[in-house]
Parts: sequence; structure tokens; C-alpha cells
Amino acid sequence: MSQTFTLDDLKRILLEGSGAPEGTGLSGDVLDTEFSDIGYDSLALLETAGRVEREYGIELDEAVVGDASTPRAFLAAVSAHLMTPAA
Amino acid sequence: MTASVVVTGLGVTAPNGLGARDYWNATLAGKSAIGPLTHFDASPYPAKLAGEITGFTAEDHLPSRLMPQTDRVTRLSLVAADWALADAQVRPAELPEFDMGVSTASSAGGFEFSQRELKNLWSKGGQYVSAYQSFAWFYAVNTGQISIRNGMKGPSGVVVTDQSGGLDAVAQARRQIRKGTRLVVAGAVDALLCSWGWVGLHTSGRLSTAAEPTHAYLPFDDRADGHVAGEGGALLITESAESARARGAKVYGEIAGYAATFDGREPGLRKAVELALADARVLPSEVDVVFADAAADPELDRIEAETLVAVFGPRGVPVTAPKTMTGRLYAGGAALDLATAFLALEDGVIPPTVHIEAAERFGLDLVVSQPRPAALRTALVLARGHGGFNSAMVVRS
Repeated sequence: MSQTFTLDDLKRILLEGSGAPEGTGLSGDVLDTEFSDIGYDSLALLETAGRVEREYGIELDEAVVGDASTPRAFLAAVSAHLMTPAA
Repeated sequence: MTASVVVTGLGVTAPNGLGARDYWNATLAGKSAIGPLTHFDASPYPAKLAGEITGFTAEDHLPSRLMPQTDRVTRLSLVAADWALADAQVRPAELPEFDMGVSTASSAGGFEFSQRELKNLWSKGGQYVSAYQSFAWFYAVNTGQISIRNGMKGPSGVVVTDQSGGLDAVAQARRQIRKGTRLVVAGAVDALLCSWGWVGLHTSGRLSTAAEPTHAYLPFDDRADGHVAGEGGALLITESAESARARGAKVYGEIAGYAATFDGREPGLRKAVELALADARVLPSEVDVVFADAAADPELDRIEAETLVAVFGPRGVPVTAPKTMTGRLYAGGAALDLATAFLALEDGVIPPTVHIEAAERFGLDLVVSQPRPAALRTALVLARGHGGFNSAMVVRS
């Protein structure tokens, strides 16, 4: 499994786990758009975090999910875990 | 305060029809939807027949965002609510959000969703359980999702009284409207036809194990030996008469009377009927048709027949059970009966009870096989829930 986590990965997992949003949506430059504006609530992010954990074999802190209000912040949080060498 | 509460919209998801019009046409035609279960392999279970909804594709009606977070019962509920609002020509976005509420009943919440997630839990681990399980299973989820989808922030809730729930939820809507809420989406949809739900339904000991769809659910018949379970129900737009008048809405009729009782030393059904008639200020002689609970359990049928004979006299009022075409829909059943009563009042025709040969000893004037044209102004709908719930509702055009 490739150990990078890109915006496309995030979009794919959001769509798989929580469906296509009814807000401004996922097309275009959404890196710095608030998830709530895109159309995803906190539960969608919890579901997304769970899926990322399963797929990448990592464990994200609960606080990370709560604090990452944009895709850029979410990507950074996941990438930080991917750079930690597996025990 | 006793402000009049009326019904201005009907949304039906029934095994024999999707949408009030389809359902009503099928019901008048005596079209039964009872057949072998197909949603899952029912061969290992005693009961193998059900009233299933076929041809319902949720994705055709609801946005993608709702799919991962909803059980089948919630999808059916959301669509029934959409149809009821459309029928009432209500556009929720144009009304103040705190003037609109949602009142549903539920027997079990989102069972199929929960079955899948519990399977994930014990076969793969907690990480594989959907975050949406947190609410998708819950009894109140249909109310919540209808409220969110339509921006309805007025008084809302869920009633859990087994098969009486369809009436009890509408009664609760009437209370809220009398207290000042303008409009309430009310009724019930249930959908339990997954293997986990099926096991649960068997515990009542009341499911028919007949193999023939025409012999499986025979209320008020000497062969009565349990019922068939079905899925679906109805949501109604209940509204203050004043609100309906102000917007020039078509009115199906009024929720004129209601009562609920609980069985004690004696069955409570008769008391519920008498109290509901009194609440509606209606004499027994003024009731034009009764939609029976029709348990198809010999003892429960006897109690209901004796109640009707005691209140209305022998063969004193036409009685029908169109649910013989759909199976019992649990909380959804009485809500569907209520919608059916309004459709009957509108068209002046009593829909039939199918498949049965009415036992003479009950002394009921059952409308069997064919619809019966009649001048209808007032209908009584009865519902009973497992464990002693009795509800009666009087509606009037």
C-alpha cells in the first residue's frame, strides 16, 4: 500500500463513506474550504477518519479529527501519522 | 383548547403500492402483495411469507449524502414524507421552521442497518462499524431525518407503542397542533424484513407459518392462525384547520377523536373505542365504517368482534381490513389504515378484506372480496400493540 495520502484519496474516502455532499461540493479547489461548507458534518469526518485508519493501518487521535476543519488540515494530520515509522 | 386538526396530504409506501394513488388503486382492486420473502433467505425460519415493497429505489428519490447514513426504513419514511408534503402542496422552505414538527412511531428503528454493523463489529472489529450506526438504528431516526431534510424545528418526537403507534403518533401531532404548532408530519413506517428482524418478529408467536399467500393472514376467519409481517406505512400532513384554510389547501378530513387504553383485568379495546367516539362527539350510529385491527389471532379477533358488536350492535357497521393485502406493517399499519380511511371517505367506497371467509359467529358485517360503495362521512380506525396497547381514532370528512 502506498503510504501517501492525497486530496484525491480524501475525496474518494469521503464519497465512499458519506456520499456526495450537497454543499459547495468537492469539485475545484477545496483544500482550504471548511468541511461544513463543502457539505460534510462532524459525523462524516468521524466516518472518514475511521476509514482512513482502516485503510492505512494508522490510529488518528480523536482531537485531530475534531480540529481538522479543512481538507488541508485533515491531510496534514494523516500525513504526520504516515511519517511515523510503524512499531 | 380543541381547535380542529385536519389532514391535507398523504404519503404512502405500501407493499401493494408506492404513492397514495397507486396504493389506493391496488387496494380497491384487491391486489395482495403477500408472497414468499425475497429480501433474504427465509427458508430456515418457520414463517416464510411477507408483504414486501418491491420496486423502491431510494437513490431515485434521495440525495447520495443520505445513502450511507440511512436504513431502509428511514429511506421509505423520507420518501413518504416528501410525497405527503407534495400532496399537501406544502413547501417547507416557505414556512417558519419552528411552525413545523414531525411525529412518527416506530417498532424497531433501523434493523437491517444495525444487523450489518453488528456483524461488522463481531466479525471484523469496532473500527469497521459505521459512524452512522450511532443514530441509524434508533427509533427516533425517521423523525430526525425528516426534520433535518425539511428544516422542521417545531415539536418533534417518536412514539414506541408497537402496532398502536401509527395512531398514537398522529394523536401526538394533534396535541402539538392544538398547542400552537401549525403543521406536523405524522404517521409511521416500519421495515423489519431482514434476518435479524425476522427472528425478533417470531418471538411474538403470532406469525403465520402457512405456505400459501392466500391462506396466511385470515382475520375473523375460523382458519385464523397468525399474521403475515409486511413493511411500509404512511405519513400524513396534519395541520390546524385554520392553517389549511388560510392557504386554500385541499382537506381530506379531520382527526375528530382519539383515545388510547391499556389492557388490565379486562381488554381495553372497548374503552378506547367509546372514549374516542366521545372525544369526537360521535354516536356509534354515525360511524360509517371501521378499519379493524384484525389480528388474525382467534382470541384477539374474538375480543375485537365482541367490542364492535357491543358498541355498534350485531352487524351494525361495515368492518374491513385492507391490511390483509399488505400484511401487518407494525407501527406503519395503523398509519396506513388512517390514510386508507381518508381515501375511502374521499371516494365513497370501502376497500375489501381479501382471502377470508368471515366466521358467522363473530356477528360482523365484514366487507370481503369486493369494494363496497357507501356514503361515508365518519370512519373509526383501530390498532392494538403487543403487550396491551389499544388505540382508536375517529376521522371525519
